[in-house]
This record gives sequence, structure tokens and C-alpha cells, in this order.
Amino acid sequence: MSLKAAATKVMGKAIEVAPDKWMPGGIPDPLIMHKHGHKGDLIGAPISRVDGPLKVRGAAPFAAEFPVPGMLFAAVAWSTIPKGRITTLDTAAAEAAPGVRLVMTHKNAPKLKPMPIFNSSPKAAGPSDLPIMQDDCIHWNGEAIALILADTQEEADHAKSLIRATYAQEPAVTHFSEAMQHPRELEVVMGEPPRVEIGNAETALTASAYRVDRTYRTPRHNHNPIELHAVTLFWHEDELYLHDASQAVAQTAWTLAQVFDIKEEHVHVSSPFVGGGFGSKTLWHHHALAAAASKLSGCPVRLVLSREGVYRTVGGRTTTEQRVAIGADIDGHFQSLIHTGTAAMTLHNDTPEQFSFPARHAYQAENFLIAQNVADMDMLANTFMRAPGESVGTFALECAVDELAEQLGIDPIELRLRNEPEKDPTSGKPFSSRNVEKIFRDGAERFGWSDRNPKPRSRREGEWLIGVGCAEGTYPYYRMPGGQAALTLSNDGRAEASFAAHEMGMGTATAQTQVVAERLGLGLDCVQIRYGNSALDGVFLAGGSSQTATIGAAVIAANEKLVEELIKLAGSKSPLHGLKPEEIEARDGGLYSIAKPSRSDTYAAIFHRSGQDKVTVVGKAPPPLEMQHWSMHSFSAVFAEVRVNAITGETRVSRLLGSFDCGQILNSKTATSQFRGGMIMGVGLALMEETEWDERNGRIMNPSLAEYHVPVHMDIPEIDVMWTDIADPHTPMGARGIGEIGITGTGAAIANAVYNATGKRIRELPITLDKLM
Amino acid sequence: MNIFTYARADEAAGAVRLGSLDGAKFLGGGTNLVDLMRETIERPASLVDVTGLSTAIEATSDGGLRIGAAARNSAVAEHRFVREQFPVLARAILAGASGQIRNMATVGGNILQRTRCTYFYDDDGSRCNKRTPGQGCDAIDGFNRIHGILGTSPACIATHPSDMCVALAALDATVHLSGPRGERTIPFTELHRLPGDTPQIETDVQPGELITAVTLAPLAFAKRSTYRKVRDRASYAFALVSVAAALELDGENVKNVRLAMGGVAHKPWRAQKAEDALRGKPATAANLRAAAEAELAGAQTYQHNAFKVELAKRTITAVLEQLTQETA
Repeated sequence: MSLKAAATKVMGKAIEVAPDKWMPGGIPDPLIMHKHGHKGDLIGAPISRVDGPLKVRGAAPFAAEFPVPGMLFAAVAWSTIPKGRITTLDTAAAEAAPGVRLVMTHKNAPKLKPMPIFNSSPKAAGPSDLPIMQDDCIHWNGEAIALILADTQEEADHAKSLIRATYAQEPAVTHFSEAMQHPRELEVVMGEPPRVEIGNAETALTASAYRVDRTYRTPRHNHNPIELHAVTLFWHEDELYLHDASQAVAQTAWTLAQVFDIKEEHVHVSSPFVGGGFGSKTLWHHHALAAAASKLSGCPVRLVLSREGVYRTVGGRTTTEQRVAIGADIDGHFQSLIHTGTAAMTLHNDTPEQFSFPARHAYQAENFLIAQNVADMDMLANTFMRAPGESVGTFALECAVDELAEQLGIDPIELRLRNEPEKDPTSGKPFSSRNVEKIFRDGAERFGWSDRNPKPRSRREGEWLIGVGCAEGTYPYYRMPGGQAALTLSNDGRAEASFAAHEMGMGTATAQTQVVAERLGLGLDCVQIRYGNSALDGVFLAGGSSQTATIGAAVIAANEKLVEELIKLAGSKSPLHGLKPEEIEARDGGLYSIAKPSRSDTYAAIFHRSGQDKVTVVGKAPPPLEMQHWSMHSFSAVFAEVRVNAITGETRVSRLLGSFDCGQILNSKTATSQFRGGMIMGVGLALMEETEWDERNGRIMNPSLAEYHVPVHMDIPEIDVMWTDIADPHTPMGARGIGEIGITGTGAAIANAVYNATGKRIRELPITLDKLM
Repeated sequence: MNIFTYARADEAAGAVRLGSLDGAKFLGGGTNLVDLMRETIERPASLVDVTGLSTAIEATSDGGLRIGAAARNSAVAEHRFVREQFPVLARAILAGASGQIRNMATVGGNILQRTRCTYFYDDDGSRCNKRTPGQGCDAIDGFNRIHGILGTSPACIATHPSDMCVALAALDATVHLSGPRGERTIPFTELHRLPGDTPQIETDVQPGELITAVTLAPLAFAKRSTYRKVRDRASYAFALVSVAAALELDGENVKNVRLAMGGVAHKPWRAQKAEDALRGKPATAANLRAAAEAELAGAQTYQHNAFKVELAKRTITAVLEQLTQETA
């Protein structure tokens, strides 16, 4: 163990055993009590999106819509081999084509440093550390080999079609089966150890009276947000300005600064609206290429990736092969839980699709073996895609639990609840809040689970075999370090909160407006949220379902400062004089003594007496130590009913219910959409999504929405969602993440329903009709 | 830029004159041609917009049907006479694409859409004998789940993606052409070609020839006809296998039957062998299945599409069984 690792371990232990009250979240956020008739009534209210009217009017500008005078349009040509060298690159025809201002290749690209990759330092956001058009080497099929700038998009696209390259191909690893022969164990998997062993799981498995031991496979997926990845950028006095589609503005600014070897504060990233991200709207090579071309040409540049361009430039979910083995005694108690496997990755990134995470927290077992490694391939760096790891990990784990339940003759819900842990089964830490039994009981009742016939193939209507299934999902609570927020309260009764966070359509701006208004005791109309700009405070990632908590903690810190400032400003004549900030609460446009509500002062009165017109404070969230002190997770119980055509094998989901335990819900309307959206993505995961990766040459063969299938409206039934609304006492606002838990568990619920309908266990996604015929 | 000219024709003769020029293409709704132009796979020198020609959908005096080639797919699908007399045609059209695309697509354009193959569309990175004759085919040993099982060749295994055309093949439609050398008609089933060693030539329509209309002879028993499409999602996906069928029973025996398949070949596949096997025989489940077996006997499969053989047999059998019950 390295010194650093040893130090980390000691620190971790110290945090684990420290008293609760020393932890962030050790004292519950007062906002937890603000629900249902309390205070301003905004927490949980189904407020419509504050940016809805702008979007409906087309007045919300996206990255590819900002006009910049003198702007040139970019198009990118891609390699057609997975690995090797460019031997000839004929750009003459492209250069001579009408409207073309620049053809940039490795021969004339400016010097660009490789991007520091995600997890390598706090603000690193590079998808890989490969060189960016710096030499004639090709690293994946689809890597950019030339970028064209022209007066119009059409001219750029045309010139792109005239680029001709020849290659000297080198041996490439493009077969997953071949790559799996040389697995590599990482030092850490997204901050966790790659391997967890408790007792002897293999021996216990062999000794168990009941056991399943299965292999599950999940395919590659590509990102398909409606808004194509795009950037409009320009240089001004050696500073870089970007209008980006981003879920990581501060990280993008820092990382691009490293690429161009300039100061971080000289990169300005603006991203007020994003048309869907799902983990893909981070930093990719096209940002650096567009900025480099802008530098070379001296002109502003707009680069919108085509849909094919997104597939070739932006990574997706990687392929996995997983083993889940469970041994149980006759009562169903798990004696052994094994979840191991391999995900394809590259030597140049660090996103190992943490499929082994759910098994670390979901069930009590006497013995554990959890281990995951990676198989290095020559491919575009894979990346985060909604619940990376958990989405496909729960598919394997929860299908195995269903198989075991059948073997034992125990209802699969009952089996899960018999193995419900009291504390985290692998770390031993207490859960911050866990209500898995409730979501299963509530969900089962609403779904009508008791009507289920456990015998497969026992329900049929005409050609259609009908079955139901369920699954559990877990997704970690994350709060990212670096949260910071500015709060300004003005004498007109208005407040502004700002932070470098993101709105990708999930409702952040709306939910945070509610939270800030409630925290300050103001009406919704009096609060303005500013976000989506690297100039604003803090470092946020709209990822890992972490953003709401990260903003929340930053706003709590800022609000504490604000109250302190207001007490000072209120002066000795204020009824609040002599009170400490923690003795005060904000409501109804002012501050009140908690103990004696008659002692109060309105914001208006405080400003009036002081003669000041506003107060601005900046608050820094404490480091997210709570994540190491408690075991913190969102949970789901997903129920599905499917109809499988006995003749053709076609599967249609006829009912879908998600029952969630995610702490306190901040906006029931936008939360419902998040849950439903995640579950729809889960239907895609279960039944149709698959990147056609040609193993002969690592080329993606279905880079379009015509051939890469995501669910269409007709594939989606009405989706019922419900939640416990039980506040987590240790998180800001009592809330945990909701963005990723919806997809988690949905794949397995559908697969288990397919089994109940047909008697066929499909252990390889997607469950297409050919597997069911 | 790939410069092209655009002209709108208001009568067939003018269209044919313009369409006979080198590199000219007729433009219907553009739902396929314009896509392919964007991908630079089609690079016409000129486009002759023929959407202004006849859109008439009318019953002929003998009880048949005549459809102007510029009629929109949606208009055909919702036409009362079509729905009553040739339900298979209306259902096939409605199984295809999306409402928006059907509103744009014309009957002539639908017939002349190119075959579907991801390697055909991968202009930069894959070999394709359609795009570059003689280059080789990357689909044969690649991803070929959606590819053909009947009438394929070592040069090409792509499938024709139209739903409407499967119905027209079953209904023995006639295609009316107007060309530089005058007018002619051609049986619909002879319009599309199998790939052979010239997969780049997909139809027998000659340069400059324009489809002006499609006619259907009266076919009383087509009132009992239907279309079934099997695909990977509930809508907006090409057929893995589709079946168009019409059935006439004489007591328990099959008096007449029309059967065609989509998603299995380079052309809409008229299932002549199955029809021959059934005619005059009792419409029992065993006979229906045997007819399907006969049709698929010559199927050749590839790495990912072997399932289509059984899927086609089951779908044919199920569709005919359904019609048997409706007829009874």
C-alpha cells in the first residue's frame, strides 16, 4: 500500500468513527421540516419549469444558436481504421472547395497538450489523455483526422467529404473476447476498491443448499441527447470564450486551460441551456479542435457534431460481462454473494462502468466476493451514461436474485426483504436512511403484485404471453467537493443565488429556485437563479445525481453567512439583536427568533435602517465527508408487466411502476419527469439499445436514430411513479439524487417479467425478439 | 458543393424530358433521396420535382384502383375505397415510417427508395458494391441482422425496406411508366431486381423513365387481406419480417391466396411457392406451415439473421390463420 493510500485509509477510518454531529449533515437541514403546510410551502411543490416559457418560445439559446460576428462553420472528417498511422492525407480538393477557410490536420494543428482525464485531479474533465491531432497516429475508428472551417455549414460539410486518407493499419484489439484474456485490475473504481472480499464466498457458494451462478452480458450504448454536441467559441486577447452544451462548465474551463497552456480564468464557458446530457455533455476532443481551429484561423468557430459525429467523437456506455453467483440456505438467507466481471475500457481513460457497486450495498450475506476489472480495447473512450455501472450491474444482480427466488420457491420480494441489511453489508457503516421494505410493500400494493402467478407462461391473451417482474435498484448519494454559491439579497426584496451548475432539462433551475426561496423565506417570484457559467462560484458536475445536493450544501453555507451579515446589518435596534444565527429562521420576508417568533425583523426593515441596498455573500460547502461516514443511497423498487408475442417474440411493456426512496422530493413535477425519463431509458436498455460495434475494425455501424433504437412513444405505457418522501436526515434538504435511480433496476424488472411471461431467461441485453423465439 | 439544379414538372412529358438528362433524378417527397444526398451517397446533377403530377386515387370502371404516382402515402392509406377493397395496402402503409414521413412520401418515391443496409450508408468507412460496384460487401461478414435471406447474392444482401411495396407485390399491381421512348407498363413484381452481380441497379426502370401511376386490378377477395410487420420496436423501425396476404376460401379449401414478404430480400418478395403449395388445399395449420416451409426452403442465412427464417414461417402461418378465421 502506498503512503498516500495508507493515509487515505486512516483518514477514512477517522471519518467513519467520528461523531455524527461533526459531519456535514450531522445536524439536519432545517428545510427538512418545511414540508406540507409548513413555512413557505415550496418544498415538494409541483412548480412548472421556470425556464419552460423561454424554451417553448424558442427563446432559450443553446450552444449552437449564439451568433458571433465573422463566425466560421466547422466539419470534422473521421478515421476509418481503429489503429495505425495516416500515410497520406489529401486535403487539396477540400482546400480548393468553395468557402473553405481552413483545413486543419495533424500537420498544421497548433500544439495541444493532452487533456488531464476525469478523476486525475479535482477539475480534470478529459475523456482520455490521448494526443489531440498532434501526430499521424490513429487510436480509434472515428478519430478526427481533419477539421474544415468554411463560410457556411454546407460548404464545410462538402469539403469534409473531399478529404482522402490512406493508412498503415496496425494490429488493434477490437474483439471484447480477446481483450478479456488480459484483464487489468484498477487501483480504484470510481473511488472504491475494485475488490471486496468478506469470508470465503466461493467455498460458501459450493456449500450452499440453493445457488445460482450465471453470466450476464450487456452491450455498448451510445448517447443520443436530442441536442447534438455543439460549441460556438472565439478567442479575444488570448482568452477563450465558449458557448457550450455542458454539464461541467468549471471543469471544462480548467481542462481546456491545460490543453492550451493558459490560465484557468482565461477560459470562459457559458452553457445556460442544455438539450439533454445523460453523462455525455462533458469535454471531448471537438472542443479542443474547434478552439485550435479558431486560433489558427483567427475567426470565431461553430462546431456542431452531426449525429454520426456524436457516435464517433463522444463515448458511451461500455460493454460488460458479469458473473453473479448467490448461495442461500433453505430460508433464502444469502450465504454467499459473488459479483465479478469485466468492462471494456481503454488505457487512456478511467471510467470502468462500476457494475459491481450495487452488490456492495443491496443485500446482507455471510460471505462476499465483489471484483471488477477492465479489458483494454482500441476504441473511443467510453464514458458515463445514466447510472454508469448501476444500470447494467443491477440487471445482472437482480436477475440472479429472481432466479434464486424461483429456485427457493420464495416470492422475489420476500427473498429480497429477508436479506435486507441493517447496516451497509460490506462497509459496516450505518445507512443514512433506507426504506427498501416500504418501497417494495407500497409498490407491490399499487402494482397488484399479489395477482402474480409465479409459474412462468401461465397467463396468455391470444398470441400474447403476459408476465410481471420486479427488481431493486440502488444508486449512491454523491455530493461533489468544491460546491460554492453566492447569495445576494437586495432591498427590493429580491434575492439572487448563483453557482456554476447546470440545467440540462432535469429541472435544476426550478428546484433550486424553490429551495432558495424557501430557505430565505421569500416568494418564488422574488428569487433568481444564475447558473451555467464558469465565471460563477463553485465546481459542480451535473452527474452522479449529485448536483442538487452539491448546490444545496453550498447554498446552506452561503445562507449562514447571509444571516450573520443581516444580523450585523440589523444593528442594536433590531429585535433580533443578541441572537445567534442558529437561533434564527427565515420566513415571510424576514428573520424570526425560533424560540420567540415575536422577535423578528423583516428584510425591508433591516435594509431601510442600514441604508444599504444589498448584501452579497459567498458560501463554501464543507467537504462531503458525510459520504464516508454513512452509507448513503437512493433506492428503487421497479415493477414491470410485459407482453411477449408467442409467435414473433416481440416484447411490449404494458405496465411500469417505479417506487422510490430518494429522501425528500423537492419538486414533485420535475421529479416525476426524472423518474419516468430514467425508466424509459431502462426500457431501451432492456429491449432495444445496442451499439453495433463491428468487431472486425471497431467501427460503429448504426450511428443514427434510424438504426440505433431507443424507445418511441408507442413502446412506452403510462408509467406510474411513487416515492416515500422520507427525508434523509443527513443530506441538504433531506434529498438524495433522483436522476439516475430511474434506469436502475428497470432493465432487470423487465427481464424478470419476460421470464415470468415466457419461461425464458435472457441474460444478454437487449432482449430482442430473436432471443425469445 | 455538389451543385444540382432543381425544376418542378407540372406534366409527365416535361418531367420525362428533364429526367432524361444526364444525372437527373426524380424527386417525390424526398424522404429517402434527400437523406442520401445529405450523406453524399446520391449526387444527382439535377432534381425534377414530380410532386405536382397526378395525386389522384380513384376506382377504375372495372372495380380496380388507380393511384397517381405523386399521391402521398397518407392519402392512399386513408382513402375509403382502398381501406374497403384493399385493406392490406392501407395497413402496410400505416405500418411504415412515421406520420410525418408518410405525409411527405409519394407512392412513386416509396417504390423507388433504395435498399437499406448500414454498410451502404457508411460512405467513408465501409465497402459496398452498390456505392462502388466491384468493391466488395462488408455486410456479408458484418452486422447482418436486418439483411436478406432470400435471393441474396455474394455481391449484396441488403433488403428493400418498403412496407407499401409488399402489399403491392401481393396485389399484383401494375406500374405505369412514361419514358423517352413512350409509355409502358410493367408488373409490379418485375419492377425490382434481385442483386445478382449488379446490386447497384435496383429496378428495371430505365434512365428517364417516370412512374406515373400504379393500378390494381379488381380482386374481390382482397377485402380479406392484411399486413403484419414484425420489428424491434413498436413503431418507426424497419421490418425484420413482414407479411402481406389475401385469402379466399372455398369451403375449407384455399381457392385463392396472395402472399408477399418484406424484410427478407432485395425486393418485395412475392411468395409464389407458398401460394402454389396452398392453392386447392385445405387451409389447415399444417398446410399453412408447409406452404411457409416451401417458400423458405431456399433461404440462405448469415451470422445474425438466421432467426428470420423461422420468424418468416411463423408470421406467414399466423397471418394466414388469421385470415382463415376472418374468412370462415
